[in-house]
Amino acid sequence: MELTVTNLGCRRGELRVLSGVSFSVRGGTALILRGPNGSGKTTLLRTLAGLAPADGGTISMPREALAYAGHADGIKAQLSVAENLRFWADVFGHAGIDAALDMFDLRPLAHRQAQHLSAGQKRRLGLSRLLVTGRPIWLLDEPTVSLDTESVAIFGRMIAGHLADGGMAIVATHIDLGLETAETLDIAQFRASGEDHANPFLDDGFADWGNP
Amino acid sequence: MIALMKRDLQLALRSGGGFGLSLAFFLIVVMFVPFGVGPESAVLARIAPGILWIGALLSCLLSLDRIFQLDYEDGSLDLLATAPLPLEGIVAMKAVAHWLTTGLPLTVAAPVLGFLLNLPVEGYLWVFLSLAAGTPALSFLGTFGAAITVGLKRGGLLLSLLVLPLYIPTLIFGAQSVTRVVEGQSNSTAFAILAAISLFTFALIPFAAARALRVNIR
Repeated sequence: MELTVTNLGCRRGELRVLSGVSFSVRGGTALILRGPNGSGKTTLLRTLAGLAPADGGTISMPREALAYAGHADGIKAQLSVAENLRFWADVFGHAGIDAALDMFDLRPLAHRQAQHLSAGQKRRLGLSRLLVTGRPIWLLDEPTVSLDTESVAIFGRMIAGHLADGGMAIVATHIDLGLETAETLDIAQFRASGEDHANPFLDDGFADWGNP
Repeated sequence: MIALMKRDLQLALRSGGGFGLSLAFFLIVVMFVPFGVGPESAVLARIAPGILWIGALLSCLLSLDRIFQLDYEDGSLDLLATAPLPLEGIVAMKAVAHWLTTGLPLTVAAPVLGFLLNLPVEGYLWVFLSLAAGTPALSFLGTFGAAITVGLKRGGLLLSLLVLPLYIPTLIFGAQSVTRVVEGQSNSTAFAILAAISLFTFALIPFAAARALRVNIR
C-alpha cells in the first residue's frame, strides 16, 4: 500500500497556497510535514482529507482511506468520554471503543462529562478517536498541542503501533515524536508563486458536482 | 446515521441543549396574545389559527442557528464531512432531529394552547394535523438556511432574513388549513399544498444544504 500525491495544488479561499506538491508514503512509514507558520501545512492536510478542493493534481488513495484530526477535536461537552467515542465508533461502523479507551488511559475518565476534562485530556480523547475510525492513513495537524511529555510519548507509541500494522501517518508537527521510520518533507519548497485569484464559488464550489 | 440522530437528540435533551427553549417561547407568545388584543372571545377565536401558526414558526426560527453552528465550532462538522456518511444524509438527519426536538413538541402543545385562544372546537384536530404536516418543512428549510450561514460569526440575522421569505407559503397554507375548517369551508386544497411543500423540501433540501455546507467548510 502506498499513498502517492502528484502535482497537487492547494488553495485557501481564493489564495493559492501550494502548487506542485508531490510525495509518496509507503505503508508502515510516517511523513512529517515541516514549514514555518502559514506555509500551508493545514491547507495541505485539509486538501488531502477532501475538505478543501484540490487545485489540480492527483491523490492515489480514496478519501475513505484517510482519517483527519485537526486543531479542533470534535468533542461534545455535554456527552461523557465514552459517549463521545461511542458516537464516532458508530459513525465509522466500528465495533469497540475499549482499545481506544485503554490507549490513552481514558478508562478512569470514561463516565466523566467532556466539559469537565482538561485541555490535555480533551486532546487525548480527540486523538483516541483515530483508533475507532479503522482507517489506514492518519492526517494529523499539530497533534501534540497541550499534551504533556508523558502523553506525547504515549502518542508516539500509538503512531508506531499504527505504522507497525501497515498504516501510514502524515503529521504536521514541530516536535520529535520518536518515530524511527519517519521521513521529513519541507513544504516551503512548494509555495505557490504569485497570487492567482479565481472565482472560488463557480470554479471549485461545483467542481466535484456529481461525485462528491 | 442513526448514531448521529441519537447524538443530536441526546445533546438537545441535556442541559443547555435548547430543547425547552422553543416550547417555552411558543407558550409565552400564545399566552401574551389575549393580554395584548383583549379578552373578546369572538376576536380571539378568529385569530387563533394564525397566532398558533406564527408562534410555531417563530419558535422554530429560534433554534435554527444551533443546527450546524455548534458542530462547526467544535470541529465535529469537519470530522463528519470526512466520515463514511453522505453529507446529504447528515443534513437530513440533522433536520429530522431538529423537528423531533422543536416541531413535534409544538405540534403536541398547540391544541392545548388553542384552548387559551378560544379556538372553535372543530379547529383542534386541524391545528394538530396542519402543524404535523407543516412544521417538518420549517425544519428542513431552516436547515438549508443554517447550512448557508454556518461559517459566519453571529449569522443569526442573515439566517432569519434568508429563511423568513421561504417560510411564508408554509405559514399561509398552514393557517388556512385551520381557518377554513373553522369557517365551515373545505380545507382540502390548502392542506394538500401544505403537505406538498413539506414533501418538496424533504426531496430537495438535503442536496441543496449539503452543497452549501461543502462550500462553507473548505
